[in-house]
Amino acid sequence: MTPLTGYLIVAAMLFSIGLAGALTRRNAILVLIGIELMLNAANLNLIAFWRYGPHPEALTGMMFAIFSIAVAAAEAAVGLGLVIQIHRHAHTTDLDRMNRMKG
Amino acid sequence: MNWAFYLIAALTVAGGLAAVLLKNTVHCALALTVAFAGLALFFLQLDAQFAGFAQILVYIGAVAILIVFAILLTRGSETPKGSVFSRNWLAGLAIAAGVFAVLGWAVLHSASVLPHETAAPTVTVLQIGNALMGRYVLPLEIVALLLTAALIGAVIVALHEKEGSR
Repeated sequence: MTPLTGYLIVAAMLFSIGLAGALTRRNAILVLIGIELMLNAANLNLIAFWRYGPHPEALTGMMFAIFSIAVAAAEAAVGLGLVIQIHRHAHTTDLDRMNRMKG
Repeated sequence: MNWAFYLIAALTVAGGLAAVLLKNTVHCALALTVAFAGLALFFLQLDAQFAGFAQILVYIGAVAILIVFAILLTRGSETPKGSVFSRNWLAGLAIAAGVFAVLGWAVLHSASVLPHETAAPTVTVLQIGNALMGRYVLPLEIVALLLTAALIGAVIVALHEKEGSR
């Protein structure tokens, strides 16, 4: 097993764990946690390919990872703001009980 | 593949699993922090110091704190009495297992065209700054715009509406 394969397998495991969390948990905040794990797994892939790629001095993978971190931070802020507003409106964060769009 | 890799991998995957499986939401957020720290260690191991420290600053310093704030504001810190998993959890688990099987099969059965061991690239912060201000200046501006929009949007979305203001 090459080092790159090891990193890719770990990233695949983290992605699957995050996907399972996003699909199975009831709490909306836990769904966001799952999405964050998936984004981080993608970042690990980007950095691993940058490190073992043919031109690491071009910094392409590193830049992708940095921009991805910034976008993930924006996503977390807006997502948690929405969860707080939904909790204020519906008095629950249980996704199984949020089954209508009309307030 | 040295012992440090396996140690960090075990820490990261255990943190991720705990973040998804634990019952108490605050414990989940703390386990998520462990997973973020493990990923930062991976970045440092891959000679990406800047990305590793950015990961610590942004994820452990900001996102994890934001998640804890949201948990406490939505009173999610109480451990729920019933199941924490959705009604159709089996389908979600099957989808995630399927995705992992496909990804693992693809990773393990693809012939690598990349060299196994390369010399560690020496990347200074000066080079990263030059790249950000030179070749990647347009994405940088777009990300700045996105962060401003997200800041204003998050404040407006979470703003408390007064009675009768709508």
